[in-house]
Amino acid sequence: MAEATRAESDSAAPRRRSEAPSLKGERHEGTLVLTVAGDWLSRTVGALEKDLEKTAEANLGSSITMDLSAVGHVDTAGAFVLERLRRQLSQSRGEIALDGLAERNRPLFKAVGDAMDRERPSAKPAETNRIVAAIAGLGEGMVGLKDELVNGLNLIGGAMYGAGRRLSGRTQLRPAAIFNQIDQMGVRAVPIIILITFLVGGIIAQQGAFQLRRFGGEVYAVNLVGILVLREIGVLLTAIMIAGRSSSAICAEIGSMKMREEVDALHVIGLNPIGVLVFPRLVALTIALPLLTFIANLAALAGGALTLYIYSGISFANFAQGLQNSIDLFTIFSGLIKAPFMAIVIGLVAANEGLKVGGSAESLGLRVTSAVVKSIFLVIVMDGLFAIFYASVGL
Amino acid sequence: MGANPPAPKDDDDVIIRATDVTVRFGSKTILENLNLDVRRGEIMGFVGPSGTGKSVLLRTILGLNPKQGGTIEVFGTDYEKASDRERLAIERRWGVLFQHGALFSALNVLENIQVPMREYLDLSPKLMDELARLKIDLVGLAPDAADKYPSELSGGMIKRAALARALALDPDIVFLDEPTSGLDPIGAADFDELIMTLRDTLGLAVYMVTHDLDSLFMACDRIAVLGERKVLVEGPLSTMLEYDHPWVKSYFHGKRARHVVLPDEKSAGSAADTQGSV
Repeated sequence: MAEATRAESDSAAPRRRSEAPSLKGERHEGTLVLTVAGDWLSRTVGALEKDLEKTAEANLGSSITMDLSAVGHVDTAGAFVLERLRRQLSQSRGEIALDGLAERNRPLFKAVGDAMDRERPSAKPAETNRIVAAIAGLGEGMVGLKDELVNGLNLIGGAMYGAGRRLSGRTQLRPAAIFNQIDQMGVRAVPIIILITFLVGGIIAQQGAFQLRRFGGEVYAVNLVGILVLREIGVLLTAIMIAGRSSSAICAEIGSMKMREEVDALHVIGLNPIGVLVFPRLVALTIALPLLTFIANLAALAGGALTLYIYSGISFANFAQGLQNSIDLFTIFSGLIKAPFMAIVIGLVAANEGLKVGGSAESLGLRVTSAVVKSIFLVIVMDGLFAIFYASVGL
Repeated sequence: MGANPPAPKDDDDVIIRATDVTVRFGSKTILENLNLDVRRGEIMGFVGPSGTGKSVLLRTILGLNPKQGGTIEVFGTDYEKASDRERLAIERRWGVLFQHGALFSALNVLENIQVPMREYLDLSPKLMDELARLKIDLVGLAPDAADKYPSELSGGMIKRAALARALALDPDIVFLDEPTSGLDPIGAADFDELIMTLRDTLGLAVYMVTHDLDSLFMACDRIAVLGERKVLVEGPLSTMLEYDHPWVKSYFHGKRARHVVLPDEKSAGSAADTQGSV
């Protein structure tokens, strides 16, 4: 049975204080009169929700009238709950009228009623079994892997085709775009790359010297630093940094262009989006990453030399001597040669993810994340493949 | 300023009052000493040549754009000087339909409409769902649009969905920035009809920036022309048709206006005549 209820009126509206809505039931000669009063607004009806529900479900007898003459302001939310209550009560007893509805509120109740009369689709289809969904997800992932590979090859093909058209002079070659990208992805990354590889070089030298000191071979830390940095650490650190730094940038740039239909615009103008967007970035990365790797190598060696000088007292001349004895040209190039391959992988993954961006901001975030994760993962996998290759050819 | 001073008895009905508003970007003055009233329950249309600051004025009223001078009172409170609490109270009483909808792309239509509801209203999720679906029905969207994401909607549906979100809290005023741009004429007419219905049923005030002549003639109670950094003229259509200013003349009597105005011109003219004789 609905009893008198008071809702705290909202105090955040300073100008017009609203009166709390109320719903009261009284019996008059066997007829239940529901007296509705107060302001029925979206911010006030929440307090009465429970009472409305109880009223609708309670056994109130066969004869009910609703009296709305004391109602103040009403908005769509108020009109909706009142109209809904009226319909619920009418179900078993025949139409109940809203008595005393003010003339100014009539159009609102009519509009709300009309809207409620419109067909609503039934609830969403039932959710599928969780295990089935998991297996389906796995399958989709595997099929997606194939698509991804095809997409990657597509991108390489598109970029090569674009490159061919440019180099053969059928389309204008735009060196400015490439140089701009080299500046963005290469030159501006120099400080952070130097800083990180310098520190890591120093750390490796210290750890190596500390361990080798026990065997009295502290001086071999130079060999350790030289070979480790030149073959693995320099290129790997640089590639991972660039994978984080530039693949996110490439993916976000291409992705937001996709969102704003700029990629489609390129298509209809007759420009191959892959040639225009992906090719310059791939070229720039392939040029920038080996150069950055070279700088990273130097910085790491400098870090190692400085640490060994301070920590183990190995002079710079001795460091250079040791380096000369332990490494040759192959050591340097076995690291550097990986850089362009890693650059292409980073660029392809980023461009591929960028082109998959859909219409929402959420999908952009998702794609950028996956571009970074995938490119870092692939860079490390690639490094492992190179290591296997070098080992099997005996170098 | 040539605007009629509002009668004192109307003061209660004024929702927005801009006094001597000046806005500059760098050394470029966009609006200077602009005065304006928008009253309860009226549809006010804003027109003007491109670049005269219609959108700037809208953004300034909404507090998205700093102004260099003057005051803007919304519901009698100066938004700029208002406390956080007062601002909140203002913000829940207005709704905005941005030019491109500005629906949250990560949420579907139903969730978009519920964003302001969740923030401000103390309702059960079930009732919120039902109310959001009611809004979808009210703005004339198909019910199955509720589960769709903004990227899956057509231009007209985005506008309607954005309007539904603007109406989520049952505001006293809605700001519409070019609501009918990009809609086909039938869709645009439907939209005008919808705005008028909502005005009549909910007692909304509507602040509408538009270039759609049909909307101006059909829906707007009053029209304000922005130009030369201020409101050139405001008033009902008949005032516009009589006003002597090159841009206003070419706008309301131009080729594109002719087919819309001509049938009414007689009646508008005669109405103005009778007004004049009275």
